[in-house]
Amino acid sequence: MGVLLIAEVNSGTLSVDATAKALTAAKQIGDVTVLCVGSGCSDAAQAAAKLDGVSKVLCAQDDAYGHDLAEPVADLIISLSSDYTHIVAPSTSASKNILPRVAALLDVMIISEVTAVVDADTFERPIYAGNAIQTVKSSDIIKVATIRTSTFEAANEGGMANVESIDACANPGLSEWIEDKVAASDRPELTSAGIVVSGGRGVGSEDDFKIIEGLADKLGAAVGASRAAVDSGYAPNDWQVGQTGKVVAPDLYVAVGISGAIQHLAGMKDSKIIVAINKDEEAPIFQVADFGLVADLFDAVPKLTEQIA
Amino acid sequence: MKVLVPVKRVIDYNVKVRVKADGSGVDLANVKMSMNPFDEIAVEQAIRLKEAGQADEVIAVSVGVKQNQETLRTALAMGADRAILVIATEDVHTDIEPLAVAKILKAVIDEEKPGIVLAGKQAIDNDMNATGQMLAALTGWSQATFVSELTIEGDNAVVTREVDGGLQTIKVTMPTIVTVDLRLNEPRYASLPNIMKAKKKPLDEKSAAELGVDVTPRLKIASTSEPEARLAGIKVGSVEELVEKLKEVGAV
Repeated sequence: MGVLLIAEVNSGTLSVDATAKALTAAKQIGDVTVLCVGSGCSDAAQAAAKLDGVSKVLCAQDDAYGHDLAEPVADLIISLSSDYTHIVAPSTSASKNILPRVAALLDVMIISEVTAVVDADTFERPIYAGNAIQTVKSSDIIKVATIRTSTFEAANEGGMANVESIDACANPGLSEWIEDKVAASDRPELTSAGIVVSGGRGVGSEDDFKIIEGLADKLGAAVGASRAAVDSGYAPNDWQVGQTGKVVAPDLYVAVGISGAIQHLAGMKDSKIIVAINKDEEAPIFQVADFGLVADLFDAVPKLTEQIA
Repeated sequence: MKVLVPVKRVIDYNVKVRVKADGSGVDLANVKMSMNPFDEIAVEQAIRLKEAGQADEVIAVSVGVKQNQETLRTALAMGADRAILVIATEDVHTDIEPLAVAKILKAVIDEEKPGIVLAGKQAIDNDMNATGQMLAALTGWSQATFVSELTIEGDNAVVTREVDGGLQTIKVTMPTIVTVDLRLNEPRYASLPNIMKAKKKPLDEKSAAELGVDVTPRLKIASTSEPEARLAGIKVGSVEELVEKLKEVGAV
C-alpha cells in the first residue's frame, strides 16, 4: 500500500516543479508511485523516475489521455486505486477537474489544496480565501487530495525508479477535445516563477498592462493580475492570482495598482518579499508589503524598470 | 429542457471572516450571508438559456439550513422559475460536504431529470471546488468545469474552459454538469418588481433524509485557526530607495 501521485504532464512533458513539490508532500505519507498519463508520456515518465523518493512510475499512454479529459483519466485512476491508501496530485486546473470525480466514484471526500500533512489521515487546508486554516482528519478508506504546491519545497533529483507501462482503460466517450488556446510566452510559468509582477485595476487598461509586462521582462518574472484586472478585461484569466485563480509564493512579488482585496492576498501572501506600488496610501496591500511605495504607478513603474540593472 | 442550478448560501464576500476563539470554526452568527458569487453566474447563464429558447424551466436548488430560502428567493428574483430547498442541518455553522451535497443533487436530478446542471466552480467559504465534478461522477454524466463560454448544439455542449496555460475548448455529451467561471457572464441585479414576484414562485422543501442521503461528514474538523499574520514592512519614499532596499535583501 502507498501513495499514488498523479504527475502533472503537459503535452508529453513532465511539469517538474509542480510534480516535485507534490512529491514532497506525498513522501511524508508513504511509499510513492507516480502515474504519468498522456497521449505520449514516456519522456515524462523517465523524468519522474529521476525524482528522489519515487519507488515506481506507471505510464499510461493513449490518445484518449492527451488533453486531461476528466472522464477517461478518472476511470484510469479508479482502475488502479485498490493498490493505494492515498491518491494525490499537485493542485492544477487538471487535477482540480479530475480528482473530485475520482473521489466521488470511490465514495470518499476530496481534500482540496492541502498545505500541510500532519499525519496520514490529517491535513491542513485553507478556507475562506486563506483567512482561516482548517485541520481535517479523514475517516475515508482512501484519501484523495490535491496539494497546494506553493507551500512545499520541490523534491530533488537523484532517484532511479523503474518505469512500467500500463494499459489504458475503455474511454467512456463522454467528451472530446477540440482545441487549446495557450498563449505562447517566453516568460516563466506563473506558479513556479521566482519573481512575479502583478497588475490590478489601477493599471487602467489592457494597453497599459504593457508597463507591467515591461517590468516583468526586465526582472525575468512571470506576469500576474488581480481578479479586478481580469474582470475589467485588462488581463487574461490564466494570469489571475488569488482565491479563485492561482496561488503563488515567489521570492519576490511586486503588486502594482492592486488594492489588496482579501481574495487577492489569498493567492500571494506566502511570497518571501512583497513590494506594493499604489497611489492610495490606505490600500490594504501595504499591510502585507515588506516595501511599500506610495506613488503613481505610471511614473514609478517605468522608473523602476529603468533602474533595475 | 430543464436547467438545474445549485446555489449555496455563504458569508458575503465583503465580510471579513473571524475565526471563533475555541477553534471550532468561523463565526457565522449575525454576519451578512449572500449567494455564492459563482452561483450567481450560474443562475444568470441558466436564465439566458431560457431567454434564448434553449431551456424551458430553470430550477434553483439549495442544500443546507432553513435560511437558504433567502438565497433561493434571490435566484427566483433573478429569474429562476421555481426552487427546491433540501434541509440537511439545523446549524448554520455546519457545512455540508460536497460529497453529501452531490448525493442530494443526484437524488433531485433523478426526480427532475434536467438536461443540464449549471453550478458555480467553487464556493468561497470552504474553497473545495468539488461539488460539480462529484455530481458528474455520481450521475455518470460528462463534466465541463471552469467554463467561460457555453454553446449548446443539439446533443452536445461546446465549452471553453479556463485552464492553467490559457483556454481549452471541449465538446461534451448532454446531459452534462457545467461549472462556471468568472468570465462567463455578468449576473443581473434583481429588480424590485421581480423581487416581489419571486415571493409567489413555488419553493418546495424536502429533507436530506427524505432523499435517503446520509450527510455525516467524512472529514472531521480537528481545529480551525487564524493564519500566521504577515507583518507590514516599511514605506519607502522613492523608486531609488526601493531599488536600494531590494538590492540590500538580494531580491534583485
